[in-house]
Amino acid sequence: MKIFEKASTASKKAFLNYGIVILFFVIFQTLVSTGNISSALKGQLIPIACYMIMAISLNLVVGISGELSLGHAGFMSVGAFTAVIVSSSMTNSSDVSSLIVSIIVAAVIAAVAGFLIGIPVLRLNGDYLAIVTLAFGEIIKNILNCLYVGIDEKGVHFAFNNPAALAMSATGKVIINGPMGAVGIRKISTFIAATILLLIILIVIQNLVNSRTGRAIMAIRDNRIAAESMGLSPMKYKMLAFTVSAAMAGAAGAVYALNYSTLVPKKFDFNTSILVLVFVVLGGIGNMTGSIIAAGVLVVLPELLRKFSDYRMLVYAIVLILVMLVTNNEKLKGKIDTFFKKLRMKLSKGGRK
Amino acid sequence: MSKSPEVKLVNVPSPNFVPEKDLGKPLVLEAAHLGIDFGGLVAVDEFNIGIGATEICGLIGPNGAGKTTIFNLLTKVYEPTRGTIMLGGKDTHNMTPSQVNQMGIARTFQNIRLFDKLTVEENVKIGLHNHIGYHTLAGVFRLPNYWKEEKKAHEKALELLDIFGMADLANVTADSLPYGAQRRLEIVRALATGPKLLLLDEPAAGMNPSETEELMNNIRKIRDEFQIAVLLIEHDMNLVMGICESIVVLNFGRIIAKGTPSQIQGNPQVIEAYLGTHRG
Repeated sequence: MKIFEKASTASKKAFLNYGIVILFFVIFQTLVSTGNISSALKGQLIPIACYMIMAISLNLVVGISGELSLGHAGFMSVGAFTAVIVSSSMTNSSDVSSLIVSIIVAAVIAAVAGFLIGIPVLRLNGDYLAIVTLAFGEIIKNILNCLYVGIDEKGVHFAFNNPAALAMSATGKVIINGPMGAVGIRKISTFIAATILLLIILIVIQNLVNSRTGRAIMAIRDNRIAAESMGLSPMKYKMLAFTVSAAMAGAAGAVYALNYSTLVPKKFDFNTSILVLVFVVLGGIGNMTGSIIAAGVLVVLPELLRKFSDYRMLVYAIVLILVMLVTNNEKLKGKIDTFFKKLRMKLSKGGRK
Repeated sequence: MSKSPEVKLVNVPSPNFVPEKDLGKPLVLEAAHLGIDFGGLVAVDEFNIGIGATEICGLIGPNGAGKTTIFNLLTKVYEPTRGTIMLGGKDTHNMTPSQVNQMGIARTFQNIRLFDKLTVEENVKIGLHNHIGYHTLAGVFRLPNYWKEEKKAHEKALELLDIFGMADLANVTADSLPYGAQRRLEIVRALATGPKLLLLDEPAAGMNPSETEELMNNIRKIRDEFQIAVLLIEHDMNLVMGICESIVVLNFGRIIAKGTPSQIQGNPQVIEAYLGTHRG
């Protein structure tokens, strides 16, 4: 307890987030093992964890680095399809090692994509940057729509626009079939793996933010000219945040893809990017706890509202609007804050008895 | 107001002069024939200055004379159209603001530019950024080097804040500080980068006479303790005449007078620039 009191507010916040993730895992794992969960929601567990990773990694760019990126789903798809290829070519390895290698390779390839896209994009500011990231997200989707990948005993074959150009032997198997997407994916993702990945990425982001590098990124966000005159290179740190964020989205995409048997590139379109951005904005820009909770609630909510069938998107929209109104209303915010303060005081009094 | 004793200015082997005490030491800054045009407008022209190793130099002039433009030229926010800037004997042609900062020039801003959302201590630590020696990965994995260097940075930051008596404000966010304290924090942050030359852009703006007096003492203290040179823009003549060893007067982008405070005070061209000519 004493150590906890000594810890800075930043590390307290960080440990709160680890607690939330572990709690999230424990609750759903017990629900699954006791069979008290609908099959629809059970199928959503890995995607929820992936969307949480997407939300916190986008928050690194939007909240910490201060650049509005609308192409985050593009990096997720790069990771997803890389993982499909890697896992299919590792059929002789165990599920766990295939999964780990797939995630790592997916993160690296997504990081390379992030770096290359970052070179032109990070020269821009504000709205222009947002528009160009949007365009790159669509470009990635369209490239994947034309991509054909097959595998036979000689190795992996790539072709564009034409499945016949794969030139495989008779035993060859097509694993990515253009717009029809990836088929026959090894379903090797597990809820535990997704949660562990989420925890690792959360640790990396929070440690990064509370270090020399994170301070530099935030300084450039707050005042670029002053940061430059303090000896910081804006391009270097913006690029670092952008690339790390892309790598994390790639890792999330890998776990996401290996949870389904088929996956189409269309899944990672503009709407997915906006969905992730909604998690970030709703949870509070720069607020990792908020991103995690928002991602969890907004993925589960449509499932819970399934009973209302026709009205569910309406209710979803109303909930979004209400949350925006409440979180932006100073008076309401103040009231909620005082309520929690009182609650905390009561709890601490109770604790002393 | 406590005045510094008047020093003798001596010529060096260039068109410039430095205080006698800095003779023999290399000039920290030397600008020759410096000029910049914005489109057809000649904003600064034929600006020559040499600053001694521990000199406090004042840059004054009426509004719009080009004083801040000169700061922006020296810190490479603008690339000069003409002329050279030598920093510690090295030409800064085509360098970026961050590169010249690492060569030893740090500045504050006329319109305060703090990192608003970060705390006072974090603001100073960003100044210390290039002196904190651990790799990004050491930060992510919290290697021993991270803890060691962060502890050192924390102590150094508090030590620097203590010069202005701000150590107890370390955990306050920068935008919640009162105006005068924000100005002082900017100086601390600039000082944290370890400069050889400190550029202060109107450090006393918005301060009351007693705060200005304290600021004067602090600027002298910084100069003596860190053995650095200071170039400052200021409209408060008590401060300028009180602490500057040499003064450069600028009008319409050109130098109209250079010299010691008493030489400047008696210069008819300076009086004309500030008060206008007597008609009739």
